[in-house]
Amino acid sequence: MALFIIKRLGLALLVALTVSIISFVLLRTSGDAAIAIAGEGARDIDIEAIRQAYGLDRPLAVQYLIWLGQTLGGDFGQSLYFKTDVVDLVLAKAPVTLLLGLLSLAFALLVAIPLGVLAAVFANSWIDRAALAVAVFGQAMPNFFFALLLVMLFSITFRWLPVSGSGSWLHFVMPTVALGYYAAPAFMRLVRAGMVEVLSADYVRTARAKGLPTRTVVFKHALRNAIVPVVALSAVQLGYLLGGSVVIETIFALDGLGFLAYQSITHKDFPVIQAVVVMLSVIYVLLTLLGDIANAWLDPRIRVA
Amino acid sequence: MTGTAFPPATSAPSSAAAVAELSAGARLRRRMFGQKSFVFGVGLLLVIVAVALLAPVLAPHDPYAQNLSQRMVPPFWYAKGGWEHLLGTDNLGRDYLSRLLYGARISLLIGLSVMVISGLIGTTLGLLAGYFGGKADLIVTFLITTRLAMPVILVALAVVAMVGGSLPVVILVLGLLKWDRFAVVMRSATQQARALDYVTAAEAAGASTPRIILGEILPNVFPQLIVVATLEAASAILLEAALSFLGLGVQPPLPSWGLMISEAKTYMFFSFWLIAIPGTLLALLVLSINLAGDGLRDVVAPEGRG
Repeated sequence: MALFIIKRLGLALLVALTVSIISFVLLRTSGDAAIAIAGEGARDIDIEAIRQAYGLDRPLAVQYLIWLGQTLGGDFGQSLYFKTDVVDLVLAKAPVTLLLGLLSLAFALLVAIPLGVLAAVFANSWIDRAALAVAVFGQAMPNFFFALLLVMLFSITFRWLPVSGSGSWLHFVMPTVALGYYAAPAFMRLVRAGMVEVLSADYVRTARAKGLPTRTVVFKHALRNAIVPVVALSAVQLGYLLGGSVVIETIFALDGLGFLAYQSITHKDFPVIQAVVVMLSVIYVLLTLLGDIANAWLDPRIRVA
Repeated sequence: MTGTAFPPATSAPSSAAAVAELSAGARLRRRMFGQKSFVFGVGLLLVIVAVALLAPVLAPHDPYAQNLSQRMVPPFWYAKGGWEHLLGTDNLGRDYLSRLLYGARISLLIGLSVMVISGLIGTTLGLLAGYFGGKADLIVTFLITTRLAMPVILVALAVVAMVGGSLPVVILVLGLLKWDRFAVVMRSATQQARALDYVTAAEAAGASTPRIILGEILPNVFPQLIVVATLEAASAILLEAALSFLGLGVQPPLPSWGLMISEAKTYMFFSFWLIAIPGTLLALLVLSINLAGDGLRDVVAPEGRG
């Protein structure tokens, strides 16, 4: 188990490093940081001066190594637009996104697990088909359109929820639903598939033959085993949800990392974009690692492989 | 990898015996047309494709022609609507129906081109990793893990914003980003196909490696490839819509459905249909492709049904 974790940690480190190289090269070659710093309509001489002052005239590899050295030392540089330390900026916004991600994940699980269990227990009935329909429609709906429908319904028609901002818990309701519903179908299918398999397993049949009530069989014997792969998927999905927060946070002007990323992208704020991309990648890699460890811990068969 | 793969489900022996009495073709047709959702999905998709191809014939107006005296005319079912503009006009007085018809072309073009680009990259990587194994597999697996770690929307948004949004840029960026699922599926499908007897036989007969990969393995994994391709096309369409909605994808005055929703956001309160119609169309298009893809999956690999 220890070796397994060490190996995976090494891989995680390598992945994070590669992502940082790719995003650095992508950002630096697709746009001119000097122009972004100088602002639109700056004179050529000024742009050239900035290029030299910021070391942007050096080879890309050198620039990257300098960035990496500073980053490893905890210095992500200065935001070009907000004019503050990137670290402070990112740390200030991260809790909102993390909260949104966890809430969305909880929402998705709260919807998906009961639906998945129902669909499996009543397999091939109308309940099963209705649950499948919910999943299929959920996956087809563009999340920004769904978000706007929510706004239309709950903010404009009923006036229950605030349209945008991040002042109170009410501001999190619609973003959570809009972000979370997209993750629900995958969980639902996974729970249903797992439950269908487990419910036909010998030990469940034995439990039923013993005369145990259906409720006990379903929740105590079956669900406990069907839920194992859900744990790993939760970790992966949380990573996706954090990435997807860009769209949802921007729509609701929720002041987290996603909205920050959108603002820095529109203002060509290189250091902030780079920091957010690398940070989300590291979080994703750590989450998949956590998911794999949880899986290996819950299901000893995996540990050997 | 992430360890989220479904355990291989075993099909019930009794039903398998019953189905085995039918011919292979009949079985295939039964699986295909026995599924109403598959027929519905394919039918809807064909309608949308036909409408997109016939847009120049069907569109009652020029989708780019502005008429500032005819701004925000509502669709015909509203009291103020009329028959001149069936689905009304937008904030610049452009005929909404015509723009929606041309918008179908953009979504389909995006879905198809991104599918081809990412499919080529992902399939090549998956075939190489699955066939050669060893170091090739290690490298490809690492590439896949790295790709998965990069937040797609964020990277796509950033690159498109830096380079400048346009249709070719969006297609290229999404195509270069979305090959991961192709690679994952093709890798494992190739691994399974490689162990088959006739592949071993072709190797023993001295067939060249490219011949084995392209002539023996690719046809064998093709069904899975088609399934991934449909699902990826749908996801590319959603991504383009999201990018354009955020103002960092396809640029005005192109009638992208995502962009149209973005342009209508300001008038949401009074003219919600400006958002509701393109949004519903996007959902229907993606739904039709997903249903077709799900149906194909059941036809191709019924044992994997979840």
